Amino acid sequence: MAVTEKTQQTVDEAVGDYKYGFITDIATERAPKGLNEDIIKFISAKKNEPEWLLDWRLAAYTKWLKMEEPTWAMVDYPKIDFQDIYYYSAPKSAEDGPKSLDEVDPELLRTYEKLGISLKEQELLAGVAVDIVFDSVSVATTFRKKLKEAGIVFCSISEAAHDYPDLMKKYLGSVVPVADNFYSALNSAVFTDGTFVYIPKGVRCPMELSTYFRINEANTGQFERTIIIADEGSYVSYLEGCTAPQRDENQLHAAVVELVTHDDAEIKYSTVQNWYPGDKNGKGGIYNFVTKRGACRGKNSKISWTQVETGSAVTWKYPSCLLIGDNSVGEFYSVAITNNYQQADTGTKMVHIGENTSSTIISKGISAGKSSATYRGLVKVMAGAENARNYTQCDSLLIGDKCGAHTVPYLEIKNPTAKVEHEATTSKISDEQLFYCQQRGLDIEDSVTLIVNGFCKDVMQHLPMEFAVEAQKLLGISLEGSVG
Amino acid sequence: MLEIRNLHVNVGGQEILKGVNLTIKDGEVHAIMGPNGAGKSTLSYAICGKDGYEVTEGSVTYNGKDILALDPHERAGEGIFLGFQYPVEIPGVSNMNFLRTALNSQRRYRGEKEMAAVDFLKFVRACAKELDMDPEMLKRSVNVGFSGGEKKRNEMVQMAVLNPSFAVLDETDSGLDIDALKIVAEGINRLRASNKSILMITHYQRLLDYVVPDFVHVLAKGKIVKSGNKDLALLLEEKGYVGLGLEENAA
Repeated sequence: MAVTEKTQQTVDEAVGDYKYGFITDIATERAPKGLNEDIIKFISAKKNEPEWLLDWRLAAYTKWLKMEEPTWAMVDYPKIDFQDIYYYSAPKSAEDGPKSLDEVDPELLRTYEKLGISLKEQELLAGVAVDIVFDSVSVATTFRKKLKEAGIVFCSISEAAHDYPDLMKKYLGSVVPVADNFYSALNSAVFTDGTFVYIPKGVRCPMELSTYFRINEANTGQFERTIIIADEGSYVSYLEGCTAPQRDENQLHAAVVELVTHDDAEIKYSTVQNWYPGDKNGKGGIYNFVTKRGACRGKNSKISWTQVETGSAVTWKYPSCLLIGDNSVGEFYSVAITNNYQQADTGTKMVHIGENTSSTIISKGISAGKSSATYRGLVKVMAGAENARNYTQCDSLLIGDKCGAHTVPYLEIKNPTAKVEHEATTSKISDEQLFYCQQRGLDIEDSVTLIVNGFCKDVMQHLPMEFAVEAQKLLGISLEGSVG
Repeated sequence: MLEIRNLHVNVGGQEILKGVNLTIKDGEVHAIMGPNGAGKSTLSYAICGKDGYEVTEGSVTYNGKDILALDPHERAGEGIFLGFQYPVEIPGVSNMNFLRTALNSQRRYRGEKEMAAVDFLKFVRACAKELDMDPEMLKRSVNVGFSGGEKKRNEMVQMAVLNPSFAVLDETDSGLDIDALKIVAEGINRLRASNKSILMITHYQRLLDYVVPDFVHVLAKGKIVKSGNKDLALLLEEKGYVGLGLEENAA
């Protein structure tokens, strides 16, 4: 059967089901490869989406068709054939996974052990079919109840499309417009998973929100879409990702994250990204092309991004802040580690629009092996942004002599009252430092971990406690074999 | 007991130590003096296993164990401590964290239990207090922004916490004012009191006023050319290396 025919058939089946009101399981696991309007209709039907959302997706697709893949980043990878990708696959059923930890890659298990992850969680992360009820499920249920009492919405993006259509219509694409860039347009057309958070006026979210709680509900989406809205005077801290490397067969990831803060609200968004970076020879690994942006719409509002990026073969990511409200604050704290043949082009954009807006950028890049790490950042002060302040600090640490670090700061200042500071350093882990640590009793890898953690301290201290300890260990693991 | 036999060491392809023999028994304090470029620091680095210090001949054993076969951190675990001439800065790593990581690494190496955080805190504060270090310094990054004297004092606090059985002190007294010198001397004497062995490398006899060595050796041109008791140090101070015929006039 020809591919198009097959597609048509699959779509007919899915849409047919939808017509008759079947919401439950559609037998098909996967849409055929490639991208066209039918595939998008298929995805939308799978998600049982309202019509306005399907229209929105199709409009995004039309725009995407006319766009070019960006090539300005300092990353190098083979051209992606967008027709050779599966855009929808149902979460893996338990039978497909390994039956026990014995069947899981020992390298992966070794890493879990080093991170101090419990056996049960290891099974969860490795996708082992476990037929008992997880503790985390009941934990998640308890949490949800607590959140509901506070009036907080914390659900999947698909649920939000059904249950909170007004909020979705208002905020979807409001910070990252569909046609913002090639990957945001692609994501808008085909996103399949993600999280929706709404914190009502005056509510301080009583716990750190994390996708982690949902880990056994769905695999990490290939095209995730996350929206977080903090209404007036509210606060939320959101954790994304996991320190443990996750099993994932999708090579291309293109997520979009949109944050909105209203008057006096604050969002703290922390990410630990540890997707498969490829092997020692640079084979395989995830392409991570992410658009993350927050809009401080209200006065005195604040958005803070903290990221620890250790995984992926290629990273292209610039969590940004639009400082629209007067006195609003944007922060970006980043640690990016590249080893072997990894490439990262990451940084931020701080756009000062309101008066007395301020932003802080602290970026720590660590390159080892034959990798390349680039900081790319824009600080833009618009004409109306009286008394804007920015402080930027970009430090690079090199391990070995075959890696590269680059710093590309852009400054666009259109208001003479702006005060913008930029500091940058590049250093190497010295033999003297390593010997000093070793002489005190640390082996070479612990010595590197200690020195690197010291280098990253200014960023790591912004991570929530529960992440910080694991993230510290992760830095060491990511750099294993880079010295000696 | 540390035994060095016919030790030859190359650095950057050049032979610096040319057959050093030295035996240090438990509880003994030895001082090594010598002109610049004699190989004093090379000896201390070779004992501790620094990269780039290539042993081409000879042996170093500690309590009967061939330590040249061990990695630097394993030598530390065996109880060998090096007080650095130029203590190294480690930005972002607090003294406290550094010491706890170091102590527990050594304990793990020796098959001992790690010290609990609360116990460690008390212990390290007590060590700092005895050596007159402001406890606030424990929170600061290792040696970052420390004065010369503070760095050396920090070395002594580290030595007290790690409590080695054998300490090599590489010009720990250089660049110190008299108050700092006394602190360093006190650190050494405390270690000595518990019957540990010490090898002091020094340019000046000044430190030896406070820490009286059992033996003094003169290292010149990669060999120990003269050994004696503390009087040798005094004689050197008076007449110099050239005066004693241990070094040609450099001019």
